[in-house]
Amino acid sequence: MESSIVSVRGVSKTYAGGLQALKRVDLEIKRGEIFALLGPNGAGKTTLIGVICGLITASSGTVIADGHDVVADFRAARMKIGLVPQELSTDAFETVAATVTFSRGLFGKRKDAAHVEKVLRALTLWDKRDAKIMTLSGGMKRRVLIAKALSHEPTILFLDEPTAGVDVELRHDMWNIVRDLRASGVTIILTTHYIQEAEEMADRIGVINKGELIVVEDKEVLMRRLGKRRLTLKLVKKLDAIPAALDGRSLELAPSGHELSYTFDGASEDTGIGALLAELGKAGVEINDLHTDESSLEDIFVGLVKGEQA
Amino acid sequence: MNVYAIKAIYRFEMARTFRTIVQSIAAPVLSTSLYFVVFGSAIGSRMGEVGGVDYGSFIIPGLVMLSLLGESISNASFGIYLPKWSGTIYELLSAPVGVAEVVIGYVGAAATKSILLGLLILATARVFVPYEIVHPVWLVTFLILTSVTFSMFGFIIGLWADSFQKLQTIPLMVVTPLTFLGGAFYSIDMLPPFWQTVTLFNPVVYLISGMRWAFYGTAEVNVVISIGATAGFMVLCLIAITYVFRTGYKLKS
Repeated sequence: MESSIVSVRGVSKTYAGGLQALKRVDLEIKRGEIFALLGPNGAGKTTLIGVICGLITASSGTVIADGHDVVADFRAARMKIGLVPQELSTDAFETVAATVTFSRGLFGKRKDAAHVEKVLRALTLWDKRDAKIMTLSGGMKRRVLIAKALSHEPTILFLDEPTAGVDVELRHDMWNIVRDLRASGVTIILTTHYIQEAEEMADRIGVINKGELIVVEDKEVLMRRLGKRRLTLKLVKKLDAIPAALDGRSLELAPSGHELSYTFDGASEDTGIGALLAELGKAGVEINDLHTDESSLEDIFVGLVKGEQA
Repeated sequence: MNVYAIKAIYRFEMARTFRTIVQSIAAPVLSTSLYFVVFGSAIGSRMGEVGGVDYGSFIIPGLVMLSLLGESISNASFGIYLPKWSGTIYELLSAPVGVAEVVIGYVGAAATKSILLGLLILATARVFVPYEIVHPVWLVTFLILTSVTFSMFGFIIGLWADSFQKLQTIPLMVVTPLTFLGGAFYSIDMLPPFWQTVTLFNPVVYLISGMRWAFYGTAEVNVVISIGATAGFMVLCLIAITYVFRTGYKLKS
C-alpha cells in the first residue's frame, strides 16, 4: 500500500467576508510523487496550500503532514515542509547566501555551509551567492525562493505557481529542477493554471474549482479524459448552416459563418479528421486555412462542472 | 523552543542595523548632541540648579529616555513591518516558530540596539556635561527594562500598522508628546498643582523619574512605582503580542 505523506481531511475555509474558499476538501498526497493542483484563478489552490503550510487558519478539518498535525504539532510538521510562494517576495537588500542561511535557521536547523552550497549549486545560484537579491532577474529570484524553501531539507515542497510570468526557457529549467528534486526523494505539490505544465510534470493531478476538488486522478487517465482537441477550419465561403451530410459530427459553426470547429479526442488513434475533410470536400465546402488547439482549461472546467467532457 | 530560529532572526535584525549604521546610530547621537548644545549649554548655562543638580546634567536621564523610547519603538516596529510590507512574512508564518521565538528574536534585537544607543548617548553626554551615576546597576536595569518594554510596544505597532503612515502615527502623536511632557526638560515640581496631578497619568513620568533616581539618587515619584509601572506595561505588551500570534490577528486570514 502506498503511504500518504500529506492527508487533508474535510478542510473548509470561509473568509471573514463570507467567501467560502474551500468546501470540505479531502486529499491524499503520496510519498515521493509530483502532484499538480490545477484550477483557474480564485479556485482555492493558494488557500489550500496556505492551510497546509500554516499561513491560513482552516475553518474546519485537519491536515497531517509527514505524520504530524499541522496545528496541534505545528513545529514538527513545518520542519518537514518547504514553501515557494507565488509572489516574488524577497529581502531585497540581503545577499543570496545570507537569506538562504537565515531560512535554514528559521526552520530549526543548525548552520551548515556545505548544505547551503549544495542547494545554491543545484539551482545555479552559487556564482550569485554574494549578490544582493535586488540585483537579480525575476527568474533568479524565483530560484532564490526555491533555495530558501530547500534550505532546511524538507520532505514536502510546495510550489505555488512556479512558472507564472516566467519565459519559456526558464519554465523548462524549472521543470528540470522539479524533476531533480523528486529524484532526490522530495514530494512535490505544485499549483498551476497551465494544463501543459501539469501534463509535463505531474504523476497525479487534482482539479479544484470554486473551493471543491472536482477530480483527483493519475495524469494519464485524466489527460485522456481532458485531452480534447479542437480543429478550426476557415471557410472560403460563408455557410448559413452545417451541411446535412455532416450531421452527427461534433461540429460547430461560428456565428460569422466563416469558421467551422471540430472537437476530437487527441489521444485516440482515429481522430476522424481525415474522414471529416473528405466529407467536407464532397459537400463542396472549401477551406482556406486550418489550425488545431487544445481545449482550454476554462472549457474543461465548464465541462467538468456540467458533468460532461469539454 | 527553536533556538536556531531565535539566533537566525536576531542575527538578521542586527545585520540590518549594521547595514544602515548611519541611520541607526549616527542620526540619534547627532540629534541628542543638538539637545545638549541647545538645552544643556546654551539655555542651561542661564538656568540654576534643578533638584540640586546642574540643569545640563538634569536633562541627561530624560534625553536618554527620549532616545531609548523612540529608538526601541522605531527599531521593533520597522523590524516586523518590513517583512509584512515586502511579503516575506510568509516565511515567518510558515516556520516552526511560536510567539516566544519571534518575540525573543525581534524584540531582543531591537532592545539590544536601543541599549547600545543609550550607552552611546551617555558617552556623548559626557562630552558636553559632567555627571555621576549613583546607582549604576539600577541604571542598567532601567535601560534594559525600558528598551525591552518599548521594543515590545513598537513590535505591536509594527504588527498593527498597514501603512508607513500608521507606523509613524503612534510614535509622533502619542509617544513624543508624552516624553516631552514627562519631565525630560523640567521637574514636575515646577508645574502648577493641577498640572502636577495631570502629569501623574503620564506613564513616561515614571520612566524618566526612575532613570533620574538611578543617576542622582533623587526622584519625583517612588522608584518602586516606576519599576512596577514599567514591568506592568511590559506584561500588557506581552499579552497583546501573544494574542496576535495565537489568533493571527492582522497576520493570517
